[in-house]
Amino acid sequence: MLKVEKLVVRYGAVTAVRELSLEVGQGELVALLGPNGAGKSSTINALTGLVTPASGRIVLNGKNISHVRTEDRIRAGLTSTPEGRHIFSNLSVGENLRLGAATRRDPAGVRQDIERFLSLFPVLSERFGQAAGTLSGGEQQMLAIARSLMSRPKLLLLDEPSLGLAPKIVARIFDFIGELKAQGLTLLVVEQNAKQALRFADRVYVVSSGTLRYDGPPAKLADEHGLFNLYIGG
Amino acid sequence: MDYALQQLLNALAFGAEYSLVALGLAVVFSIMGLVNFAHGEIIGVSAYSVFLAAALGLTSPFVAVLLAVGMAALAAVVFERVAFRPVRYAPTTTGLLTAFGVSIVVQNLFMLLISPKPQSVSILNGLNQMWFFGPFAVSSLQVMELIVSGLTILALVLFLNRSTLGLAIRAASRDFATVRLMGIKANRVIATAFAISGALAGIAAVFILARRGSVSPDLGFGLVLKAFVACVIGGFGSLPGAAVGGMLLGFIEVGLLVALPQEYAGFRDALTYAIIVALLVYRPEGLLGQRIELGDKEI
Repeated sequence: MLKVEKLVVRYGAVTAVRELSLEVGQGELVALLGPNGAGKSSTINALTGLVTPASGRIVLNGKNISHVRTEDRIRAGLTSTPEGRHIFSNLSVGENLRLGAATRRDPAGVRQDIERFLSLFPVLSERFGQAAGTLSGGEQQMLAIARSLMSRPKLLLLDEPSLGLAPKIVARIFDFIGELKAQGLTLLVVEQNAKQALRFADRVYVVSSGTLRYDGPPAKLADEHGLFNLYIGG
Repeated sequence: MDYALQQLLNALAFGAEYSLVALGLAVVFSIMGLVNFAHGEIIGVSAYSVFLAAALGLTSPFVAVLLAVGMAALAAVVFERVAFRPVRYAPTTTGLLTAFGVSIVVQNLFMLLISPKPQSVSILNGLNQMWFFGPFAVSSLQVMELIVSGLTILALVLFLNRSTLGLAIRAASRDFATVRLMGIKANRVIATAFAISGALAGIAAVFILARRGSVSPDLGFGLVLKAFVACVIGGFGSLPGAAVGGMLLGFIEVGLLVALPQEYAGFRDALTYAIIVALLVYRPEGLLGQRIELGDKEI
């Protein structure tokens, strides 16, 4: 579904991503792991088009989208839940969900989806009319994922869904990610928290310093020592 | 009683006009971080369009009002497309300088192509009459200014709270990148904000024309400075703040006009700004502004 070839992202003189190639197949959950500053978020931002890569190709469903604008990539069925959630804090919970469906033209379907997420996350239902900035971190993460799903994406990129959350809440969010996969959604999950990310992953990539260090099934990574070495680049 | 009522209406009408122009500045600033000092020239384009249409034989005031608002919205969108879009991601000072540049160029175009002297426009004079309610005489223009501004602000509030594009504009005021992640076209959000800003300026232009009966190249510039001050009072980037700031500025100005003895009238502006400075000492973020940490706003 998604194919990335030799992606390079530079910020001025700093190279954040060096010739990274990866692939995500239909219905797969692929984990992209690595330490802080490894270039994971830069990769995601290049995939959504929020940063312009220096070189490389991004192919979605056989179409080269490297030069397609962010807005049109979302319309093509790709979306991301950004790192740090980025909910619209000055808008209500309901308004956040409505904006998530901005590309859709079926009001009845949009209402149904909102109902579905509200019953899935009752706390969002309780806070429906309140400013989203008043939600707790875990609630904001649920809202951010629900908002992404409102566009009915074919491929969801999740950037550090566990960031800054308590372990219990992280486990709940990954339970939900597992359900999404079971429902047939294709996911690319970027994480520092390897343990949670590996629960449902079909395949794993590990990056550090912008370079790919591992590409394969999660089983081989289960050896914590190997993972540790990859992280520190040993 | 008559005098007090008259002054109250004065304050409300001035305040309403400042609010309209300040809201126009705030809508654009809130999503782009651009203080559009060319906003006055949007008022200018609007007023000169009415002048030219009247010179070409237009007689209907109704059509003139539609033309004024439409041309202002169009001018704002064209300014954005031609001047501001190329510098959208440049540092904010670049945007500010661009705005001054547009302002100077357009003012000079008015001078070169039409005339540096004020030109008479009488087509909207009919809006400015005296209405008598029992013992009270009020200006029809001021009453209309108040009602139209009120309705305009109401329409703006409904738009920003109900429509998807309105929600997107509010969201973009905090986090533009994430709005794009919703699949909403950045260009569309910005063009809409400019069109709204222009339409508000056009409504203000109608009232200015009806009151002054003439148009000159620097027509809007002074008003935009006042609107800028109104935005600062209310909290820059806050839309309710712009409306409240404009109203407050109107009240301070008219209040000082009434309270100051004739021989001190020259101190009026100085006192106005002294009051505003005092206010900002206590609330540096403005009346309704929020202290936004630098990290809260993602560009």
